Amino acid sequence: MSLLNYSFWEVFLGSFSPEIWKDIFPSVADTLYMTLLASIIMLIGGIVLGIILTALNPDGLIPLKIPYTISGWFINVLRSLPEMIMIILMIPVARLIFGQSYGTNSCIIAISASCIPMYARIVESSLLEISKGKIDAAKSIGSTNFQIIFRVIIPETLPSLIRGFTTAVITVISMTALAGNFGAGGIGDIAVRYGYQRFQHDKLFACIYILIVIVMTVQGVGNLISKRLLKRRGLV
Amino acid sequence: MSNYVEIEGLHKSFKVHGATLEVLKGVDLSIKKGEIFGVIGFSGAGKSTLARCINRLETPDSGKITVGDTDILSLSKKGLLQARKKIGVVFQTFNLFEAKTVYNNIAYPLKISKVKKDEIDKRVRETAELVGLTDKLNSYPGGLSGGQKQRVGIARALISDPDLLISDEATSALDPQTTLQILDLLKEINRKKGITIIMITHELDAIRYSCQRMAVLQDGLIIESGEVSEIFKNPHSHTGKLFAKVFFELQQPELRDGGGI
Ligand SMILES: Nc1ncnc2c1ncn2[C@@H]1O[C@H](COP(=O)(O)OP(=O)(O)OP(=O)(O)O)[C@@H](O)[C@H]1O
Ligand SMILES: [Mg+2]
Repeated sequence: MSLLNYSFWEVFLGSFSPEIWKDIFPSVADTLYMTLLASIIMLIGGIVLGIILTALNPDGLIPLKIPYTISGWFINVLRSLPEMIMIILMIPVARLIFGQSYGTNSCIIAISASCIPMYARIVESSLLEISKGKIDAAKSIGSTNFQIIFRVIIPETLPSLIRGFTTAVITVISMTALAGNFGAGGIGDIAVRYGYQRFQHDKLFACIYILIVIVMTVQGVGNLISKRLLKRRGLV
Repeated sequence: MSNYVEIEGLHKSFKVHGATLEVLKGVDLSIKKGEIFGVIGFSGAGKSTLARCINRLETPDSGKITVGDTDILSLSKKGLLQARKKIGVVFQTFNLFEAKTVYNNIAYPLKISKVKKDEIDKRVRETAELVGLTDKLNSYPGGLSGGQKQRVGIARALISDPDLLISDEATSALDPQTTLQILDLLKEINRKKGITIIMITHELDAIRYSCQRMAVLQDGLIIESGEVSEIFKNPHSHTGKLFAKVFFELQQPELRDGGGI
């Protein structure tokens, strides 16, 4: 059904018909798979980079101006690349790893490469939220920098880290939709192939519902965990 | 009694927007083993900076700091971590770990020192009992009152059996009654364990209540030091006079009765 020859209401009702969902469901699995894997890679890479940035920060535990500036530039350069360009740039990398330059796994690499620098900045800003007093206390007790980071800063800022991760995962989801263009499959692929190229707007609508549900679920779970933590700590 | 903490010619300045702000301008201080020594001064006098130099949270520009037999400023990185474990610090803002329960706050210094679990448990319970927190061990600091928070802070500072306790305005965020309880606790700890305490404050009452000897810090210099009663009776410095004046105006009736706070 297309909006060109049906009314909005008819297309809307049509978007709930079983035939449409039969086509779409497999692609939901693709989207979830891409989101999950890219999010895990982003989590690891972003946390590691974020910790390094926080430690090197002028206000951090090991303030080193030159390495901090250089890693800052590096991250800003990566962040300024639109995802589409990142996908193109990652083609040789994907070929190196998977032997093919298209498909779901290759797009995961591109999505991760796009998201890690962004998430690293989010992690950095979360970790820097910790009060100077707590760091002073940890140092006065005789903690090493390693202990300060892993036993004090990360647990103390965990609610904020979780909220940041939630935001980042939602960005990943929107990127998987774009990656659909490049042979990654998933919701985005359906939306472009049917909704854009064939004017099947009922399918496009169905894609939108799915994306909304996924995003709201992620946001809801993130908020819930973070609020639970704050509540347990008596902070709300 | 021999001197336990010895500070000589301590200088510390900060770079602020390219300019140099000289905060400590040659501080000399001798503190005896087992005493509660008061350091008083107005806001911005450099009290916290002095405290932070003693465990080298700030690196002084020059001078000498000795705690026991340890020359603080010549310590290696590893030696410094070891020395810090023997210098407890209590803060005005408590600085508790909000992600950890009271139990884990108190246990933290032992956990990072790889002490055995049952040993940790034993000492946490002992220390909690000393500071009166036995029934709060499973709470998070977020749910405690100011006085209870400071008790956690004190327990955390005490658990590694320090020889020196630095209290930087430990009671300044507390109401008068709670202040009194915390001061009593510090006195009890000093008496029971023989820990030397440096009590930094801008509250006269706290010093008069707890200390035998004190020093007045003004503009980065110790301008007066000696017996507390002497300084109150016969202040020489501007700060000393000002404090004593305020003090006498506020406290005269009680002083005439010769009572405490
Ligand atoms: N890290 C720093 N960088 C720049 N200036 C600092 C720093 N730490 C302290 N100062 C300055 O040093 C001076 C003394 O500060 P300090 O905190 O030692 O005072 P204080 O006597 O403890 O005051 P208060 O009673 O308000 O706690 C202040 O002017 C402060 O602005
Ligand atoms: Mg201070």
